[in-house]
Amino acid sequence: MRLRYIIPAFLFLILGAGFVYALVAIQSGKKDPSAVPSALIGKPAPEFSLPAPEGFPHGLSAADLKGKVTILNVFASWCPPCHVEHPLLLALAKEAKEGGFQLVGLNWKDKDEKLAAWFKQAGNPFSRIGADRSGRVGIDWGVYGAPETYVLDRDGKIVYRFAGPLTKELLRDEIRPLVAKLKK
Amino acid sequence: MRALLELVIPTEASRPCGSRSGGIALQRRTPAAPPGTMRHAIPPLRGAKARRYGRDDGVVGWRVVLAVLLALLALPAQAAIAPDEILADPALEARARGITKQLRCLVCQNQSIDDSNAPLARDLRLLVRERLKGGDSDGAALAFVVARYGDFVLLRPPLKATTWLLWFGPALLLIAAGLFLWLRAGRKSVVSVGPAPLDEEERNRLAALIGEKPPRNGGSP
Repeated sequence: MRLRYIIPAFLFLILGAGFVYALVAIQSGKKDPSAVPSALIGKPAPEFSLPAPEGFPHGLSAADLKGKVTILNVFASWCPPCHVEHPLLLALAKEAKEGGFQLVGLNWKDKDEKLAAWFKQAGNPFSRIGADRSGRVGIDWGVYGAPETYVLDRDGKIVYRFAGPLTKELLRDEIRPLVAKLKK
Repeated sequence: MRALLELVIPTEASRPCGSRSGGIALQRRTPAAPPGTMRHAIPPLRGAKARRYGRDDGVVGWRVVLAVLLALLALPAQAAIAPDEILADPALEARARGITKQLRCLVCQNQSIDDSNAPLARDLRLLVRERLKGGDSDGAALAFVVARYGDFVLLRPPLKATTWLLWFGPALLLIAAGLFLWLRAGRKSVVSVGPAPLDEEERNRLAALIGEKPPRNGGSP
């Protein structure tokens, strides 16, 4: 007889626990319900070849993504979160040589002179920058906003994508360990 | 209807995600006006003129209200598509519209790229049109976008192993609930057979209470 009351109460508890878990995960930033999973995970980087923005030495093409573990950052001077994550990228750039990976940038739908002005003042973390002025290459990558960060293995295969500004925690918990793993 | 209502159309910049169709807000402006000095959207009319226009002394007539409401009805029919995006070939354009209505704007996520004003939505609209002009079938153009952005861009999720629960879950739930209720109802009808008939002692007691002689053996209650 008691079972009549216990079973619904139990089911409700399970449901409630699920809700609490989801709320906590969203609030702590572990889970983002609006995050779009990348369709390109496990696939080779799309074929592309972009010139460097005016005033920068090296452009970016798919061939440049092979032979080394790569962190590719999609960014633009008009994007405020990109400015927020910029110091982290500068710090990451310092680790690149020793860490055996390269940090490259895809300058998405930007104006060359605005980018040049920003980096002249803030510093350039990227060893190569591709100027995707129309945003077409970004579409091939499945970019839906800036910033986005991709990690590729030595064969130029896309392993990881994060949409949104990088954080210290994300670098510590996900990106650095992943790069270390891919380097082996 | 004396309250002064003002249609406020938010500026483009304040809602990069919005469509041109949505985002109409009705704003009450009465708090700004001191009490007693009611302001009018349309100057009040009196006398013959007022009768001719079907309104009187500052009351916004039902015709005006109706006209505004009907005008609002027409708004959702507009899309965010800009004139320069439209293809010269109407058949091709119609196909493009059909496709872009099925594609989710990844910036806004609850709008199709046909409805969305986000720059990326515009890029994707142009891309779809380019693919169609290049000779792609509708399916190929859709597949081109899905290959880059995944199934998430499809407003109508595809039927595949991972989405079976999504597609058939509600029906399964309905069937399960129906089954549960049916089983419960079935069990109840077995259990509840009405009150048990009185036994000998109870019948005698009842008879005594209502002042009658106890019925003879076997009398039904």
